[in-house]
Amino acid sequence: MTQMTRTSNPPLTTPITGGVGESPLRPDGALKVRGEFAYSSDLWADNMLWGVTLRTPHPYARIRSIDVGPALALPGVYAALTHEDVPGQNAYGLEHIDQPVLAVDVVRYQGEAVAIVAADHPETARRAAAAIVVDYEVLEPVDNAETAIFGEGVPKLHEGGNLVRYVPILFGDQDATAEVVVSGTYEVGMQDQAFLGPESGMAVPAEDGGVDLYVATQWLHVDQQQIAPALNLPQDKVRITLAGVGGAFGAREDLSMQVHACMLALHTNKPVKMVYTREESFFGHVHRHPAVMHYEHGADRDGKLVYVRAKMFLDGGAYASSTGAVVANAATLGVGPYNVPNVKIEGWGAYTNNPPCGAMRGFGAVQACFAYESQMDKLAEAIGVDPVEIRLRNALSEGSVMPTGQLVDSAAPVRELMERVRDKPMPPARTSEVDIRTMPGGASNTTHGEGVVRGVGYGVGIKNICFSEGFDDYSTARVRLEVIGGEPVAMVHTAAVEVGQGLVTLQAQIARTELGVQRVTIQPADTSVGSAGSTSASRQSYVTGGAVQSACAAVRAEVFDLARERFGVSDLALEGGKVVSASRGVLADLSDVLGDRAVEHTREYRHRPSFPIDPLTGQGNAHVQYGFAAHRAVVDVDVDLGLVRVVELACAQDVGKAMNPDAVIGQIQGGSAQGLGLAVMEEIQLSGAKIRNPSFTDYLIPTILDMPPMTIDVLELADPNAPYGLRGVGEPPTISSTPAIVAAIRDATKLALKRIPVRPEHITGT
Amino acid sequence: MRVKFTVNGEERTADDVWEGESLLYVLRERLGLPGAKNACEQGECGSCTVYLDDTPVCACLVAAGQVQDREVRTVEGLGSEEELDPVQQAFIERGAVQCGFCTPGLIVAAHDLIRRNPCPKDAEIREALAGNLCRCTGYEKIIDAVHTAAAHSRGEATS
Repeated sequence: MTQMTRTSNPPLTTPITGGVGESPLRPDGALKVRGEFAYSSDLWADNMLWGVTLRTPHPYARIRSIDVGPALALPGVYAALTHEDVPGQNAYGLEHIDQPVLAVDVVRYQGEAVAIVAADHPETARRAAAAIVVDYEVLEPVDNAETAIFGEGVPKLHEGGNLVRYVPILFGDQDATAEVVVSGTYEVGMQDQAFLGPESGMAVPAEDGGVDLYVATQWLHVDQQQIAPALNLPQDKVRITLAGVGGAFGAREDLSMQVHACMLALHTNKPVKMVYTREESFFGHVHRHPAVMHYEHGADRDGKLVYVRAKMFLDGGAYASSTGAVVANAATLGVGPYNVPNVKIEGWGAYTNNPPCGAMRGFGAVQACFAYESQMDKLAEAIGVDPVEIRLRNALSEGSVMPTGQLVDSAAPVRELMERVRDKPMPPARTSEVDIRTMPGGASNTTHGEGVVRGVGYGVGIKNICFSEGFDDYSTARVRLEVIGGEPVAMVHTAAVEVGQGLVTLQAQIARTELGVQRVTIQPADTSVGSAGSTSASRQSYVTGGAVQSACAAVRAEVFDLARERFGVSDLALEGGKVVSASRGVLADLSDVLGDRAVEHTREYRHRPSFPIDPLTGQGNAHVQYGFAAHRAVVDVDVDLGLVRVVELACAQDVGKAMNPDAVIGQIQGGSAQGLGLAVMEEIQLSGAKIRNPSFTDYLIPTILDMPPMTIDVLELADPNAPYGLRGVGEPPTISSTPAIVAAIRDATKLALKRIPVRPEHITGT
Repeated sequence: MRVKFTVNGEERTADDVWEGESLLYVLRERLGLPGAKNACEQGECGSCTVYLDDTPVCACLVAAGQVQDREVRTVEGLGSEEELDPVQQAFIERGAVQCGFCTPGLIVAAHDLIRRNPCPKDAEIREALAGNLCRCTGYEKIIDAVHTAAAHSRGEATS
């Protein structure tokens, strides 16, 4: 028998598991692995029709006439609609309402929607769409951003001209000179988000004349705001429920099939489902802005930066989308995470006839980072120090001032992040016994090591977290606490979109921690609760996390009132399903205190305000929070064939507080992979403003063979302004992996490499 | 046309099938089995991977008529009502699921790998899953999940 001693009381409560800081399993995991999770493309209804979009093959053309007669003549076709059938305002847009629901007299990019069809089989609908006769007068497209703004005799694509936004950032002495000067022009190709779940959803006509839309999106309420006027319906008659989202990465922030499906459903009075094909998806959403960036860095002999001057041109394509905010990001973050006393950056966003560009993970910070990190490497070489050293000498830190004049008022561990990736052990050198699967070219058996050179490179980046420039950026959460089956259960309802990142898991974690209950139900996201804002800008943990925390606090306060009344004590807490007093221990089961009462509160949460920047100087406290990540990349390059294999990526990132450590790692791994894609393979190739590679055969994203093992350090330096001290996680790792990989290729090849993605011919010079 | 075949052990019939329809379309739209996903329609992404007579195939590349009198097993047929297949379980446990759109295809492909190779090395996992695209995870947790599932299948406990 074991000898028992008694030294203290046992713990008062059984702690709940799966709270903040832990990594509970995703609540939607079982459905997803069983194939039972209902994605937007899996929806189905009795008597459902299929909707299909007719898109123009021309990047720029006038429409002389549209004849839908041949489509309507086909059996099984229920509707063929054009701009004439748009019930309300035939225009929408995130920042500028400049994009027609269906083209009227002009098309401005290849793939612009011209007509929509509903039929009883998707193939019938496709054939009907193909039967519609559109008479075009084809025009010469404008396909260059700089020319679109500054060229002579260039057609104005929109009434106000071809400039979407100009952002200057002027800081310190504009005429500063320096002993060491390096300059370069850098180009970024057009990247696609390439989520796997295509644009899709189902619209169901309602008896009240409204419509219920089930759709994969990033922000239910901004969809509602744009759909309702187009349908000429009040907003409350456009009810949107989130369907399962197969990835987003920015591509679902703009409307795609939403208005079209609703129009067809209201016209036919039947449920209508639309699902884009992969080819159509390349035309159905905005992409990452291609950029051309001219940079000049001046430094003293020790490599301390004296000035940065840059001109950056971002191609917004045919419609504005979020180009204005992307340009502002590129410009305000344009010197990177460095102290620079004198800055002149000018950013332009242009309308062209290229595919529209808008949000993609990293949002303007990606393009700038490739340029400024390339410049930092160039400067290191000019000074004669190593790439890490040049970054350490100029590293931003808490208390630094950004070129916008904004004080960096929480942790900015740029130095520590760099040191950490530098100090990681290097992957082992190649041995003489070669596994060709580990070589550039892999199982294609292109080399056994001959011509293969190893290189190492570094990158560090900065990203604004949350919406900037004075945007009223908030989220809403409704939390209800009641007894179900004898057990206290919290219900959390928000309109916040789960895209795969794990927000549903996190909301439950917060409710567990705040209310001390084990069981939490996450309601489906819909528009019957207030806006949660967008699932973008790495903001949902911060803003919706804040809203859930705040609604829980309101619920808890009401429970405390009940407990105070009953027990006459005020030093209360909720722990392990019990109401606990610090002085008296467990007072009662939470379910006893609640009885048959349901305590429910709805709260909005706003982060601290940001402010517009001065349009002439770019000065202002534009950003809410900054996020930082650094990468070291090790690559093997077959210099004869121009093939690259990334051998290893090391990453260090500050996340403030790892709310769910496993999910944080997942974001860093996935984000780094998208940066790898941009570095060496991903580009929507354009010729005369037409997409040459709209398929997964021709647009390559990293496979499991391309993505190397990663070593990851997560720092948790709390931001006192943010809920739990957290810092947005999703975007920073996408930003710095790209320049690190390109730097490693440069290290191996000694080539300048000014354009991404780096293609084999850039390496071989052929 | 009418197509009759066995799906997850059950004999099923689909009527009015148009000759151009794929196995994937018939599974998803006619038989109510949306587990296999349609993400590229050209066999590049592997999201629609199912077993056809015990061989993994991209269901988008198989014409519906080709499966007449044959046997198909989808992700819905791997586990039971009560219990997940070890591969399914491991994908959840190891955080290999984010958006999850690639997951059904990857699970079938990983299931097939572990049947053939109960103790796969990293390089073998990479080779076997090279036809399955994932955009969210960067693949590392998928590799972890396959190791875990293989250990489970061998009857070993994992941490």
